[in-house]
Amino acid sequence: MAHGPATLADGWKAYISRWVFTTNHKDIGTLYLWFSFAMFILGGAFAMIIRAELFQPGMQLIKPEFFNQMTTMHGLVMVFGAIMPAFVGLANWMIPLMIGAPDMALPRMNNLSFWILPFAFAILTSTLFMEGGGPNFGWTFYAPLSTTYAPESVNFFIFAIHIMGASSIMGSINIIATVMNMRAPGMTYMKMPLFVWTWVITAFLLVAVMPVLAGAVTMMLMDINFGTSFFNAAGGGDPVLFQHVFWFFGHPEVYIIILPAFGVVSQIIPTFSRKPLFGYSSMVYATAAIAFLSFVVWAHHMFTVGMPIAGELYFMYATMLIAVPTGVKVFNWITTMYKGSLTFETPMLFSIAFVILFTFGGFTGLMLSIAAADMQYHDTYFVVAHFHYVMVAGAVFSGTAAIYYWLPKWCGKMYNETMGQVQFWVAFIGFNIAFMPQHFLGLAGMPRRYADYGLQFADWNMVSSIGAFIYGGAQIMLLINVILTIRNGKPVADEKVWEGAEGLEWTVATPAPYHTFEKPPEVK
Amino acid sequence: MTAAASNRRLLIKLLLGAVVMFAFAIFVLPPLYNLFCEITGLGGKTGGEYKAVDVRVDTSREVSVRFVASNNAYMPWEFRPTQDKVVVHPGEPTEITYYARNTTDRDMVSQAIPSLVPNIVADYFHKTECFCFENQPLAAGEEVDMKLVFIIDPDLPEGVKNLTLSYTIFDITDRVTNPVAQLQ
Repeated sequence: MAHGPATLADGWKAYISRWVFTTNHKDIGTLYLWFSFAMFILGGAFAMIIRAELFQPGMQLIKPEFFNQMTTMHGLVMVFGAIMPAFVGLANWMIPLMIGAPDMALPRMNNLSFWILPFAFAILTSTLFMEGGGPNFGWTFYAPLSTTYAPESVNFFIFAIHIMGASSIMGSINIIATVMNMRAPGMTYMKMPLFVWTWVITAFLLVAVMPVLAGAVTMMLMDINFGTSFFNAAGGGDPVLFQHVFWFFGHPEVYIIILPAFGVVSQIIPTFSRKPLFGYSSMVYATAAIAFLSFVVWAHHMFTVGMPIAGELYFMYATMLIAVPTGVKVFNWITTMYKGSLTFETPMLFSIAFVILFTFGGFTGLMLSIAAADMQYHDTYFVVAHFHYVMVAGAVFSGTAAIYYWLPKWCGKMYNETMGQVQFWVAFIGFNIAFMPQHFLGLAGMPRRYADYGLQFADWNMVSSIGAFIYGGAQIMLLINVILTIRNGKPVADEKVWEGAEGLEWTVATPAPYHTFEKPPEVK
Repeated sequence: MTAAASNRRLLIKLLLGAVVMFAFAIFVLPPLYNLFCEITGLGGKTGGEYKAVDVRVDTSREVSVRFVASNNAYMPWEFRPTQDKVVVHPGEPTEITYYARNTTDRDMVSQAIPSLVPNIVADYFHKTECFCFENQPLAAGEEVDMKLVFIIDPDLPEGVKNLTLSYTIFDITDRVTNPVAQLQ
């Protein structure tokens, strides 16, 4: 080892230089994780404002224009700022450790792909303080709301999306190159841990669709500033084209969010079941099948746009087909637990909750995929409830599980198990109180993204808001637990940390040294 | 090949892939979408100028065609069809007019964009002459009757008895004076 990382003892300058110029995959992983948590808190604050306003009918706290900015910013910050960077951070930390590589394949690009992100979100958030306000057209930014009728800050929004896209593409290329070129001798593709597999498939999805998003915002930019008419009917364009381009990106994007979460859960459930993952190869093929299908189902987001019946039927059946590989995965997780010697540490609790709640969200997804029924559900709170079940109980629960699972390996200290379990139950109960009633609101006809609602929706909205505040509080508990662990958690000496853990990442010392696998490990 | 070199090759390949997808989104998807709409007749966009061939009037059928006019936001002109409805035989050329008046005190240019309902039969609605083929300049306060000649295809599916043709009028004054607009 040449030298260790600079610490605060070496002075502020050295310490800041270390983080700014670092090319170490563990440092960059840590940066990504802290950044995503900061964005999670920011996006969460927006959500709290939304739920506070919706606590009672009528306008109490904020103006409708600001409410629209809050729903938009909440979606953008959570999707692009919290969930995606969190999983990139996990990938940075864990993939080299899992495949026996000394670092990521392209370490300097790794540094760049992280450090442009804070600028992107600084630009995006700054629009809230501009004249005319920030983006107010929903996170899906449909034209012409986002072009003809957009606030002037939309150009900053477009630039921020471009930077985020560049960051994601660079991060993905790095992951693909690492997995393809840096595996330890003997680490064949079909021996890779499932987290690595799901991430490499995700990375290919990102390289394929982030440029399409960049294309969509570029066309918006040209329509707004350079007189083209891609989405402007007056000049022979078509706003529906925007929806097609956006969802051609957007549907793979939802799998980009959830596939790494599948990977995390596929690592944790075998550990605490003390059994190898059931159906490893079927898991790999199911992931690939989901990724492929994600490209051919996009128009199920726009059943009400006026498609011919053949189109509706095709997109309906193709969407339902995705339930098959997803079902394979759920089956495998449950079968892994079957007859295992289970223990219920915090990561396992979050993973089991993930399986249950994600499956629930999957079923409401199936309901939405029925084109005829979607005419009723479209743009209601039923959709909001559905995607929060798969994104929050899916991606965020799995990310939380990952933090509890790997935190002892990262910092060499054990988190407070009691506090972790309390946090789990608060999060689990709060989440369900917040989002279960939104199904009822949606079925009763409450439209999404509105600042106010009819009196008949008042009771469930109040319940939902209370649940949201509880769930928000649970995240503060997570933050406190993590900080307490880092500062004065009980030291862990065991390399494996967890009794049932398998894999290369558990063969290095605890805490993981700054440099690992400088000599490739032997893979049996 | 060293690890660094193969990493660099992979990087270049994947970056190229990203550039190709970007170009795909901007240069391929929109024309592809338009082509798709043209072939399927989706979106209710009626076709361009139609050359009448071998007119065979099907006097056994009657189709009623309603006319609708609407103004795009920020378009102050008065704009309406001169008759609300005609009943025609398929194959029969029919002439109607739309009335437009520039109510402002400045010269403006407009463009009317058609849309037909039910949009799946847009391909059976032929226009031999239409004001929507060109933009319409009007001086301040000027008014005009704009001509439309259409033929309903005798092959119009049985059961379709009512069509509604809608025009939305857009203010394109800025676009016409702006040379960049001519690019698109």
